[in-house]
Amino acid sequence: MSVATRRPVALNALILAFLVIWVIAAAFPFAWTVWGSFKVEADFFSRQSWWSAIEGTRTQAQTGGAFTLAGYEGAWVKNEFWKAAINTLIVTLSVTLISLTIGTLGGYALARSGYRYAFWILIAALIFRAMPHITLVSGYMLPFFQLNIWGVLPTTIIVLVAINQPFTLWMLHSFFLSIPKDLDESAMVDGCTRFQAFRMVIIPVMWPGVITTGLFSFLLGYNDFAVTSMLLAQENQTMVPKIASFLGSIQNEGNVMFAVAAVVSATVPLFILVLFFQRQIVSGLTAGAVKG
Amino acid sequence: MPHRTFFVFIFPSILAMVLFITLPILSVVVQSLFVQHEAVLITVENCTPFGCETQTRVDTAAMQKLQAEQPMGQFAGFANYLNRNHLAVDEIGAILADNRGFGDVAARIFNLPFYKALSFTLVYCFLVTPLAMALGFAIALAVNTLPGLLKGPTIFVSILPMIITPLVGSLILAWMFNPSGILGATLQSLTGDPTLSLRASPVLTWIVLLVYGVWTNGPFSFVVFYAGLQTVPQDTVESAKIDGASRWEVTRHVIMPHLAPLATFVALVQLMDNFRVFEPIVGFSAEANATSLSWLVFNDLVGQDAQLFGSAASTSVITIVGVLILLTPVLRRTWREFNRKAV
Repeated sequence: MSVATRRPVALNALILAFLVIWVIAAAFPFAWTVWGSFKVEADFFSRQSWWSAIEGTRTQAQTGGAFTLAGYEGAWVKNEFWKAAINTLIVTLSVTLISLTIGTLGGYALARSGYRYAFWILIAALIFRAMPHITLVSGYMLPFFQLNIWGVLPTTIIVLVAINQPFTLWMLHSFFLSIPKDLDESAMVDGCTRFQAFRMVIIPVMWPGVITTGLFSFLLGYNDFAVTSMLLAQENQTMVPKIASFLGSIQNEGNVMFAVAAVVSATVPLFILVLFFQRQIVSGLTAGAVKG
Repeated sequence: MPHRTFFVFIFPSILAMVLFITLPILSVVVQSLFVQHEAVLITVENCTPFGCETQTRVDTAAMQKLQAEQPMGQFAGFANYLNRNHLAVDEIGAILADNRGFGDVAARIFNLPFYKALSFTLVYCFLVTPLAMALGFAIALAVNTLPGLLKGPTIFVSILPMIITPLVGSLILAWMFNPSGILGATLQSLTGDPTLSLRASPVLTWIVLLVYGVWTNGPFSFVVFYAGLQTVPQDTVESAKIDGASRWEVTRHVIMPHLAPLATFVALVQLMDNFRVFEPIVGFSAEANATSLSWLVFNDLVGQDAQLFGSAASTSVITIVGVLILLTPVLRRTWREFNRKAV
């Protein structure tokens, strides 16, 4: 047994080499961009050699220090990236909360109803889940202009909630299926209404599922570009469309470093999220895969 | 659960989906039958002391009135679908009628905007999906051999490319592939071609976009396959070994069949998601060399002079049809599973 399972040295070396290459491929772009965001453009986009981004000779010459916060200052202060950050906070938190509230209700109903229409709703949700977001956006634009609700945060929040709903329903529905029916039924025998049973018996044991689903709602709201870039007016933009819009305007002034700093700033919350919720993200993907 | 309770519970979800998914799809279908108004032109005579000249200009007042009366534009039937920017029926007919062999036909069809976008979308979809799955499977097998202490950090790093905002991720890679970025400069010195850049080379653009796709999609397969590996029945693995199976044979005949249902799931999800490839085109500014269906819609909507709702809507409808075609196997699978459960 022990002889059979021991890997030959060559194979071990191969596995290790492959993993090292992959880890570098996965992490290096981020490390490099974070490092470069503290340099000046002449160093990070050096015409002579990329080595100057590491040494930072121009940064030293232009600012007097090895690192500079000029990019961050330009993005956050001059280009008011802080406004976009606040908008992102509002949008993602609202999307997550509303999605979870209506999603848990709906997912619970779908998991507990044995009728055929529940299945058809799930199938419809599956089809909706596959719709490219930009095609839906082209359907919203004209009606929203006519109703005069284009460009504001609430519209975008509701649209993102709706786009997110199919996924939320599927995920929560499969989590609810894993909770025994007896639990809420015995609560109802004891005199709870259906809603009380849901609220006081099911939700307390559902927290892990709700948190996992919430993470994915958060990511959808945070990472979206198609909806936010088309449905928000300039002054209401969230971080991602803001980065896109000042890419165009900034490149002319030769200040790509503002965009680099903004990109790094937008990445930080995601890092923190993965750091704390790695287990939930992995288990969420797995649950979707195994059951969906 | 009684019908009434069911509908009370699910009502908010259904309302949101009907209002913001079903109606927009209908709206797209209707809009695709209209084209924006043609500019109303008026001729005015400008007289100066040096003589009179006639000028043609757009009558803004009349345009606004038209716009207010018919916001969707003029009814055009299927004209949007058939014109040069979409299915280009006439152009295809002309190309087929008069051409210099197969290569010529392919090249000329590829130059039509819709077919250019469609070909990249399909290539991206059907190349990135299997490559990303293979990469994910390899990472999963490798991570599974690591000692416990190293697993956590490796998984952390591995899911970063998946979790990153697509636009941000593609910008990060685009800057590195910039001629004065680290990878772009390295590529130039490796190939000895100082003019090599994404802008100048369509082939390089396609390759880099595909690399980005594999980089960002690989981790999803990795996570799913890694979870699947934890459930491989160890008894079967051991008895296979006792029967003399080599390491490769165990992987091929025990582990892979065990993961096959997961692989189908991953493939279907990834095909659907990759079909809507969009952000990388914007992030890499690749539109000169590679476009996608989603990007065409986006481009019509942010149009420089006027937003082309009709044109965007017809591309959207065609895209939706494409998604539905890709979705049929998923739907059939779900349908079979449901019926099996019901029996």
